[in-house]
This record gives sequence, C-alpha cells and structure tokens, in this order.
Amino acid sequence: MPFLLILVAVLLRWCVSLHPYSGQNSPPMFGDYEAQRHWMEITRILPLQDWYYNTSENDLMYWGLDYPPLTAYHSLLCGYVADFLNPEFVALGASRGYESYEHKLFMRVTVLIADLFIYIPAVWWYFCKKQSDHQNVSRNLRDGNTYSVHSVKEDKALTSHISMYLTLIYPGLILIDHGHFQYNGISLGLTIAAVAAIMQGRDLIASVLFCFSVNYKQMRKCLPKQNPFVMTGLIKLLSLASVVIVTFFVIWFPFLKNVDLVVQVLHRLFPLARGVFEDKVSNVWCCLNVICKFRNTFTNLQMANVCLLVTLLAVLPSSIDILLRPRSHKFLLSVINSSLAFFLFSFQVHEKSILLVAVPVALYLPIEPLPCFWFLYISTFSMLPLLLKDGLLISYIALTVFYSVSIMLTLNLGLRDLLRYSVKCTPQDAKTKQSKFKKQEKISAETQSFVSKKPLLVIFLLSLAGCWMLTICIATVGPPSQYPDLFPLLISVYSCVHFLGFFIYFNYRQI
Amino acid sequence: MCRAHSTDFEVHRNWLAITHSLPISEWYQEATSEWTLDYPPLFAWFEFILSYFAKYFDAEMLQVKNLNYASSGTILFQRLSVIVTDFVFAYGTRELCSYLSSSGIRKSSKWGSRWGSPAAILQILLLGNAGLLLVDHIHFQYNGFLLGLLLISVARVLQGKCLMASFWFAVLLNLKHIFIYVAPAYFVYLLRSYCFLGAQSSSLVQWRSFSPARFAKLGLVVAYVFLVSFGPFIVLNQLPQVFSRLFPFKRGLCHAYWAPNIWALYNIADKMAIIAGRQLGITSNVSAAVMTGGLVQEYNHVFLPEITPRTTFLCTLLSVLPALVKLWCCPGNPYHFVRCIVLCACGSFMFGWHVHEKAILLIIIPLSFMAVIWKKEAQMYVFLATVGHYSLFPLLFTAFELPIKVLLLVLHSSYAFFNLASLFDMKKCSLCLPLLSGLESVYILGLVPLFVFENVILPLLGLNTRLPFLPLMLTSVYCAVGVLYFWLKYYWHFLTTSEVNHKRKAH
Repeated sequence: MPFLLILVAVLLRWCVSLHPYSGQNSPPMFGDYEAQRHWMEITRILPLQDWYYNTSENDLMYWGLDYPPLTAYHSLLCGYVADFLNPEFVALGASRGYESYEHKLFMRVTVLIADLFIYIPAVWWYFCKKQSDHQNVSRNLRDGNTYSVHSVKEDKALTSHISMYLTLIYPGLILIDHGHFQYNGISLGLTIAAVAAIMQGRDLIASVLFCFSVNYKQMRKCLPKQNPFVMTGLIKLLSLASVVIVTFFVIWFPFLKNVDLVVQVLHRLFPLARGVFEDKVSNVWCCLNVICKFRNTFTNLQMANVCLLVTLLAVLPSSIDILLRPRSHKFLLSVINSSLAFFLFSFQVHEKSILLVAVPVALYLPIEPLPCFWFLYISTFSMLPLLLKDGLLISYIALTVFYSVSIMLTLNLGLRDLLRYSVKCTPQDAKTKQSKFKKQEKISAETQSFVSKKPLLVIFLLSLAGCWMLTICIATVGPPSQYPDLFPLLISVYSCVHFLGFFIYFNYRQI
Repeated sequence: MCRAHSTDFEVHRNWLAITHSLPISEWYQEATSEWTLDYPPLFAWFEFILSYFAKYFDAEMLQVKNLNYASSGTILFQRLSVIVTDFVFAYGTRELCSYLSSSGIRKSSKWGSRWGSPAAILQILLLGNAGLLLVDHIHFQYNGFLLGLLLISVARVLQGKCLMASFWFAVLLNLKHIFIYVAPAYFVYLLRSYCFLGAQSSSLVQWRSFSPARFAKLGLVVAYVFLVSFGPFIVLNQLPQVFSRLFPFKRGLCHAYWAPNIWALYNIADKMAIIAGRQLGITSNVSAAVMTGGLVQEYNHVFLPEITPRTTFLCTLLSVLPALVKLWCCPGNPYHFVRCIVLCACGSFMFGWHVHEKAILLIIIPLSFMAVIWKKEAQMYVFLATVGHYSLFPLLFTAFELPIKVLLLVLHSSYAFFNLASLFDMKKCSLCLPLLSGLESVYILGLVPLFVFENVILPLLGLNTRLPFLPLMLTSVYCAVGVLYFWLKYYWHFLTTSEVNHKRKAH
C-alpha cells in the first residue's frame, strides 16, 4: 500500500514535468533551467579552479555558479551523463540556450532521479521509522533529562503512510522542482533525513547529513543551530564539532588548495550586491517597501546589517527555548520557527525559500493537520506569480485541488462539514445529525479542537476564499496600467500577513 | 495533462467549428476537413453547446478552414471540456455506489468500512481507471461522459426504474452509435422483465401477462429521443446522407493498429501461412511489403478468405445470441443484464468491423461493478483490466508519455489486485498473482518482457525504424489471446450461473 502511494506521488511529479519550465523559449537569458544546463556545461568542460571565477570561457554574468560545491559536483555528474547522451547538450559556449525535446526529457529525468533517490527515501525514513520509534519509548531515555522522548499526541487518523503520502504530494515542492526546474529535492531531502536522524537520537549522522545539505544550497544555513544545542556534554559537543569539520573538509577538499579560491567561492555564495530583495517576495522587507522605500533610502550594507539584527532577534525566543528545554517534539517546531524567521526578515530572500519552511511544516502536519495545511496552501499560493511566469497555472490549480481533496479525505472532513461548523452548530451537534444519515467515522480530536473554534474556522475559510479570488483575478483579469505589478504585490502582502500570523502561532506552540 | 494532443483533438475542434459556424443543413454535408462528422446528431448538438463556451477561449478555433489549429487556448478549452463532462461519469459512479451500499446483496464486515468497502473500491477503480485516463485526458476523447451515461442507465435498471433507464440509453445511443452493440441486451431485458408483468419467478413466458401499456410507454420514450435527435434531418431530407456518414464501411477490417480481437489473430494466422508457404516454396510472388510494411490501412489476406462487413455482422450476431437467450430465460435479474452487456460489448469487440481498441473500455467499465460483488467476476476483471489497459499503450507513443502510461497501469492494476483480493479474503498463493491462476499469472507477467522488448530492445537494435509495425502487431496479438480467453471464460461463467432469485423487482 505505501508503495502505491509513492507511485502516485511519482506520477504527479512526472505529469508536472510535461509542462513548461522556467525560461522556456525566452532568450537571451532564459531561466533556471538554462542555469542548471549551463552549470553542467562549465563543470564538465572547465577545470575545477575556473568554476567560480570570471574567465574568458566562464562568464559569471551569464548564470554564474552561485551554489556551494556539492551542487557543482552534482552538476558535474549530470554533465558526464549529458555528454554521453549527446555532446551538444554541454558543448562549451555553443550550447547556450539549447532547447530540445530530448534535452527536456533528460533534464526532467535527472530531477526525478534525484527525488527518487534522496527526497522520497528521506521522507519514508522520517515517517516510517518515527512511528516505530514512538512505540519504543523506554529505549530512548538518556542520562539526565537532556534527551527524553515526550509522547506526542499524534493524530490517530493519520497513519505514518498517509502522512508520508501527504508530505510527498505537497504542491509547492513538486511545482518548483519538476515545473520551474530546480533541484531543491536534494537539499530538502538531506535536511529531512537530518531531522529524522535527530528524532532517533543519531546526532552524528544528523550532523553529517545537515552539513551535506548546507553544502548543497546555502539557504539551508538558516536552519537551526539548535543542532548542536540539543546535546549537552562536552564529549558530544566535541565529537559533533569534529564531524562537522571533517565533512566540510571532505566536500571542500578540491577547493582548499588556494585561499583565493575559497574566498571567491564564498563571495559568489553570499552576494551582497543584489539588494535586499528581488521581485516580489512575501517577506517583511518587500511588503514594508510599499510604504517606505528601503532600497532607495539605505545602502545595501546598512540594510544587510539591519536584516541580520532583526533576524537574530526574531530567532531568539525559539532558540533560547530549545536551548533551555530541549525536547525532541519541540525540535521540529524550532526548525519551523527559525526558518520562518529567516524567511521573513533576512536579506536577499527568494520566494522559493518558503520551501525551507514548508517542508518542516509538512513533517509537522500529522500533529496539527489543519493549521499546517493552511500554511502549506498559503505557501504554494505565495509562489503563484513565479509559477504564472512559467506557464504552470494549470498544474498549480490541479495540484492544489488534489492536495486539498486528499487532506479532506484523510481527515474525514467534507466541505459541507466545514461550512456547517462555521455557520450553525458545534461539531458535537453536527455529528449527531450526521450519524442519523450515514455511518461516518469520527473526526479526530485535534481536528475537532480546530473546527470548534468558530472564529478561527471562519478566518480559515475566508483566507482560502481570498486565495481563490486572487488566483482567478490574476489568471483572467489584467492589472491596471499604472500598477503593472499589482497582483503579485497583493499576493505577496496577503501571504506575508499570513506568514507573520503563523510565525506568532508556531512560536506560541513551542513556548 | 495538457501537453500533447492527437488527431482526435483536431477531429473535435473541427466539429466545434462545423456546428458553430454552419447551419444545420450543412453539418453532415461539410467535407473541408477529412474528419467529417460521424457521430449521431445529439453529439453534434453537444458540440454546438460547447462551441458557445469556446468563444471565450479562442474564437479562431471555430473557423472551419483553420485546419489543425491548436493554440494554447484551444487546447485548454478542449481539455477543460473533457474534465467538466467527466462529472457525468462521477455522477454515474456515485449512483452505482449508492445502489451498492443500499442493496444489501451480501453481508460482510467489509461493507461497512470506509476504505475497504465495495463501494469505495468501485469508486477508485472507476474514477481512477487507467484506460479512461489515458484515452480521455491524454489521447483526447469524451468517453468519460458517454460511459457515465451508460452507468447512470445501468444504475436505473438496477434500481428498477426502467423508463428512465431506457431514456438515458436512447440519449446515449444518439450520442455515439457504438453503443448499439449493447442495445440488444437492453431490448431483451426490458421487454422480458418490464413488459411482461408476471415474469418474476419462472423462465416460462406467460404470454398473457404482456402489458401493451408498458410496451407503448417504452416505445414512446425511445421514439421521442430519436425524433428530437434525427427530426431536423428528416425534415431536411438528409437521412441517407447522415447514415452514410455514421456508418462508413470503407475503412478496412482492422484499424491501423489492430484491435486485439479475433481478426488480429486471423491476420497473424494469414501472415504465418505466408511465411510457411514461402518456406515450402508454394508462394513466390508475394511482395515483401506485406511482411514488413508500416502502418497499413488495409490488410489484404493472401491465404485465408477475405472478410466482408456482412461476415463480421453475422459473426457478431451469432456470438451474442446465446447470451441474449440466457437473458431472456432469466427475467427480473438485473445482474444478468449487466453480464449480458459485458458479453454483448465483448462479442462485438471480438468480431466487429473496424473496431477501435478503445472499445475495450466498454467491456471493462461495466465489469468493474460486478467485480466488487462476486469473486469470480473479480478474478476475470483483474485479468481483463490489465490486458485491456496494456493494449491501449500504442495509442500513446511519445517518450514523455511512457512513464505516465506505465505508472497508471501499474497503479490501477496493483490497486485492483490487492484490494479485490482482500475484499474477498483470498489466501495468497506464493507463486501466483492474487486472484489469478498460475497460467493467468504467467500470461500477465509476460506483459513485462513484452514491454521491455518493444521499448528497450527494439530501439537498441534499431529495428523500430525498419519494422515500425512489429511492436504494434506483437502487442495486438498478445492481448488478443488474453481477450479471447476472457471472453470464453466469462461466457461460460454466464451460461452456467444459476438463476438466483433477487429481491429487486423490475417494474
């Protein structure tokens, strides 16, 4: 049965693959798809020293490599395969803007393979091992109270397989990875594996995995430094530190021959020159920019410092909490909180970074289904302008509808039930009325506690309705000529307000 | 699912254009495109209604002269129309499931559970039917809509509302005349169980209980539908023209891709005879093209006698006759009626003239209903569904569609195997697939090497350009064996099923 659920997730991914990718048919710069192809080209053809440098053959202005070495190694591997299949895919210089049916097939297959080998097994490991571990509570008590498994109230209606399935069909990741074209599955999969390892107490493995993840995509850096904080004990700390250092050393080894090279790589990884945000992102700075124009008032360096300060302040409550009262069930919440803080307040954030928050929330879903579903829906919605640019509107609608229906089915909630609870009566009354007509399984306690708070439910339904209306507007009606960016801005502000609300909520849950 | 499109896409676009831009008198005369209107008038009206919505997506598609016009607006509209009309299919499924839940045919603990009950399994088997998804949403047709109407009609028969059932079936017949294959079953059943009042207990006909009133009511309903549909053309004196468009007999015994029926086996026997003849030196002047030709439209038999449309008609009639006789002898049994539908559809699939492989869906869909109730039917269903859906593979031949069709088939078949097996508490035999015997399991598993051979080995050997027809032929013949086996087995099952008294009475 779980095998079938995984197949459905794979099928969804491949169906989205048929749709256009980022920058399809749009010279001269094309999009992320061309960026990935270009990296395969330069890593395959050029020597390692030149990968991050601006040389005559490697023009950094045309999609220069700005991810850490592990991405480069992955591109190299794909480059070898591409070269084997058809050298035209990666011919130096001549293959710029190369687009063909076979090439698209090849690129889509590489993303799918990355998912199959890294993301899906990580999710499987997280859910299926977690379930069996919660049954062995006594084995996990460690010395003192540094690490004890708190019996988490898990929603009985959502078994581990269903939770895994719901995580795998989260629309945002599928649309970005298999539609827009990126390899987020790798770094996110490694992160999930790291979280799973921590939940099982395998901290060293977790550190290694986390280092891999950071070295794949530097956005991961915003994830908790809670990693070492969960453990006390000097030996453990030393062993963790040494593991981290060794992992970094192994990955960066080819670059360590030259200090300049290392500096150049770091310079490429953390570009300060690009400004506090690009396009319309659902974070605080972009939304406040509507009122007071930050970009024009402050310099980039000043803004960077401000962002750093505010972000650290935002992360502080949850970090202190996890430091003082480490509990494994709070770990996931702290991950969510810190990544959300970074998304909202950090410098040079992309809208795709919401995936870093969304994935831990998806892992948290079995514990609080409806709030997490609400968040995940909004997170996908916040990326709508980007998806529209790529021509992915239809797959967006299809996947979100499918996702919503799956959630409703697994929680035994119908749309009629939700409307009924919000308008007329409490869940208890509604249930007795329903039982007269057909035998229906009870909705779980967690879900019930959410739907019984009428104002919350009303806000939830209104918020979803707002999303749908904005979607219809942006798809059918054109924006007025004096505000060409009206709809993306509206979407960003709408999502940002929601994210701030969730930030407060998740912090409240943790503390 | 919006990327690729097939000739059927252009066919329907053309019909939208014809019905929208031209007056009724021109609908069946128009011949600018090669895809002339060859469905009955109600379908033309259906396209006419659709065309009013099409205006908002892309008005250019409604110009008759815009042949092969396929803008993104056009594709979007067409795909959406299939999705929207699929709600009819969903409604039909719902009717069947609600009948199932309230019928009380069997008593078992499984019937109350949420995901394991027959109604739930039926819903997933029908709504997630791999073949329907492949044909309708990727290849492009409106089968979901039509099969939905069939399901509604069958549900009405099961519920005992025969007048409504005949109405829906008449509408269906006027939407796509391929359903005429199952019309005999309707005719026999409604005549026997509805028009003869006292016909519940015995198989002997009580001629005196014939109710002319009921017969008249049925006749009126059907005649009314036909009149609405063909009326305008009778007035315009175009009836012969319409019929000539509806029943074009020029196209050849088999489609370019042989449907897996008797004639595919007949063709292959002919080819074998040619090879044997050549080895034995009997024939020397047979052209090589017969062996290695591409997508031949008409296959000329060399050794075995040619088949004419009249022959196929006769064979079809003979093949369904025993089933109809049995149905006549078992009045008031709606389950026999469904079985008869399956057999009529199967018989015409096996022996029909120019059968499309998509007609296999006409057999699989009604059979799904029976499969969730009786174990024997479940066994035959899983066998046929797997073979039938596999036989649809040649419809989708691009590289991107390959994983989709494989995944859909594996998902649907695995789901069917495991859930039906657990529904009937079958003990798993260690060597066989669930629900199937050893021989059947070997046959089904044999699909895997066939698939690998066609899609991996042949391209590697470079033979797919020299012998493009070979993989199609192999699929067709292999599946034809399976479908033939199913047909014979199901026929035997139907003829030997005892006449169980059912509580449902047909009024």
